[in-house]
Amino acid sequence: MADGESPAQESRAGGRPARLRARDRRGRAPEVQATDGAVGESPPSALLDLRDLRIHFPTDDGLVKAVDGLTFTLDRGRTLGIVGESGSGKSVTSLGILGLYNTGNAQMSGKIYLDGEDLVAADQARVRELRGSKMAMIFQDSLSALHPYYTIGDQITEAYLIHNKVSKKAARAHAVDLLKRVGIPQAARRLDDYPHQFSGGMRQRAMIAMALSCDPELLIADEPTTALDVTVQAQILDLISELQQEYDSAVIMITHDLGVVAELADDILVMYAGRMAEYGSSEDVFTHPGHPYTWGLLGSMPRLDRSRMDRLLSIRGTPPSLINVPAGCPFNPRCDYAARTNGRSETEVPALRPVGPGHLVACHLSTDEQRRIWAERDKVAS
Amino acid sequence: MTGVRESPPGTSVTAQPGQARGKVTPAGDALLTVTGLTKHFPVMRGIIFRRAVGQVRAVDDVSFSVAPGETLGIVGESGCGKTTTARMIVRLVEPTAGKIVFDGHDITHLRQGAMRPLRREIQMIFQDPYSSLNPRHTVGTIVGAPFRLQKVKTEKGTKRSVQELLELVGLNPEHYNRYPHEFSGGQRQRIGIARTLALRPKLIVADEPVSALDVSIQAQVINLLEDLQNELGLTYVIIAHDLSVIRHVCDRIAVMYLGNLVELADRDDLYARPRHPYTVALLSAVPSPEPVGRTADGRRERRERIRLTGDVPSPLNPPPACRFHTRCWKAQDICKTEAPPLAQRAPGHFAACHFPENS
Repeated sequence: MADGESPAQESRAGGRPARLRARDRRGRAPEVQATDGAVGESPPSALLDLRDLRIHFPTDDGLVKAVDGLTFTLDRGRTLGIVGESGSGKSVTSLGILGLYNTGNAQMSGKIYLDGEDLVAADQARVRELRGSKMAMIFQDSLSALHPYYTIGDQITEAYLIHNKVSKKAARAHAVDLLKRVGIPQAARRLDDYPHQFSGGMRQRAMIAMALSCDPELLIADEPTTALDVTVQAQILDLISELQQEYDSAVIMITHDLGVVAELADDILVMYAGRMAEYGSSEDVFTHPGHPYTWGLLGSMPRLDRSRMDRLLSIRGTPPSLINVPAGCPFNPRCDYAARTNGRSETEVPALRPVGPGHLVACHLSTDEQRRIWAERDKVAS
Repeated sequence: MTGVRESPPGTSVTAQPGQARGKVTPAGDALLTVTGLTKHFPVMRGIIFRRAVGQVRAVDDVSFSVAPGETLGIVGESGCGKTTTARMIVRLVEPTAGKIVFDGHDITHLRQGAMRPLRREIQMIFQDPYSSLNPRHTVGTIVGAPFRLQKVKTEKGTKRSVQELLELVGLNPEHYNRYPHEFSGGQRQRIGIARTLALRPKLIVADEPVSALDVSIQAQVINLLEDLQNELGLTYVIIAHDLSVIRHVCDRIAVMYLGNLVELADRDDLYARPRHPYTVALLSAVPSPEPVGRTADGRRERRERIRLTGDVPSPLNPPPACRFHTRCWKAQDICKTEAPPLAQRAPGHFAACHFPENS
């Protein structure tokens, strides 16, 4: 796995010269301490605990606020689905958790507690120890995530050999077991194949085997089925679900497909422009969503389980650029209900507010109003 | 694959226009009829002495027809031949065998020069809005290209016509002089659609028109395609792998598997009563945005679904007889020896299976 230590992009940060470089050895920038004090400092109990995570990228055009204040927790055995369109910060969040950004290429602040240990403050060597063993990732595009010059077996055993003191022979046996577990026939023979000899579905299975090689407690799957056909997608989703129950790991499932999320997730986080728009159990988010963006996503999607709509209830406009996020509620230029907030949506960033137990929505509309509008929309759609 | 020919598809598969379809379908002949369409790509080996060592049977004996004003969807997994079929219809790929009749003209082997006037009437929307627009041309040049190439003089001049087209697809006409990179994916797809519409075609073949777009943008483009159809009376052949998108936009749907047409039916009939086991499996594999609960002991509930095992076999060496038999849970000995004909199972509903479902 690549580690993000390359300082190659540092020059782009402009105006942050040698002083910062000195701090790089400790793996974090001075901005880190500037976390706002509102975040509680109580020790985390969940496996993963994100507190006000911000990941900003300085570019020539301005500061890209890819993730701007994300707070959530995730327990073992649970699956969190992160939903959003391209550019909403889903993938940056996951790479940030894995520690693949550092001061050389990004400004990170906030806390990422993995089993009580803050990864933002931890040094690179420690994060590297955890990456691949305690947390692992399944990438979207298996053809570009697997190295074409190395056999599947080499790539599966690599992380296992690094993180465990075992012989190559033992690692190979372990890899065979893993390949069998993810459902690849003739595993011992296929271990010596190169990625191009595998089909798309099999490559994705091999990637899952790679991610599982050290029995990770946190598994992040970034669009694991987007590149696959629907029948193969169903196989892979089943596999991830089975393995999670077997290993009791926490899973973050990143996707733009609400169907995939409904299939797997216990909790759902809807992201828009780097912020949390809505968070709740998948029951809550699908049956009575509170944020107009979630309504838009659900209305945009033709559904097979309902009668056919004459027209999709699409969201107008396009997602904002993360350099120039609209003032106030980031969704307000595309929101059909912005006018009902007496102009607050254009000036005031809506705070996350509970609308039910464990169900948070960042919207200026009152809870009653949200309920009413959703009931209306849901009636039209079904 | 002689079995398929036994039911003369060119005639019997023709849509029955007007019935049970929301959109106006004028009675009369089909706009497009495809009969026994086949494409085999040779696989070459050797550098100096090139020789064919095999054939990829991308499309094998596919027949269907499309009525004016209708939307036909072609759906299937990657490698099933849907894109090749689309490209043969617009004559970007030369068919190995079969016949394509458009608006009464046999266009199967028309030469380029003879094909040119017909190109005004058949246009294509491409999948990837990033690679289908020339980055060095302005929007005006891109959308105006059909006028230039076909030497069409419009009443108000090309620029005015292009601006009208941009307005038609929901873009700002003032963006005439901008370049593709200044637009988002959804806007680029709109530019592509504007170019397609320039010469007021009768038939538009759209290859995965929304699969590269985000969900919210996808919905905008789908709505646009429907509005344009109602406004301009277009006929669509839409290729997609997303079954929910296909159900939303199409009147009639053809399901392909490994180069064969396995099922063809009206939209509502197909989704309510799929006959071919492959269609049944495909439909049940679509993840549904209805959350699954947890059982009392905390285990996640499983949705009842048909799980196909394994991958689609290679079209280089497709299974004999029924190509689906290697993954089919209903397969019997006859499926391995005799290809099932594409036979009518209900009015307007065709399926190629020895043991169809729902019948």
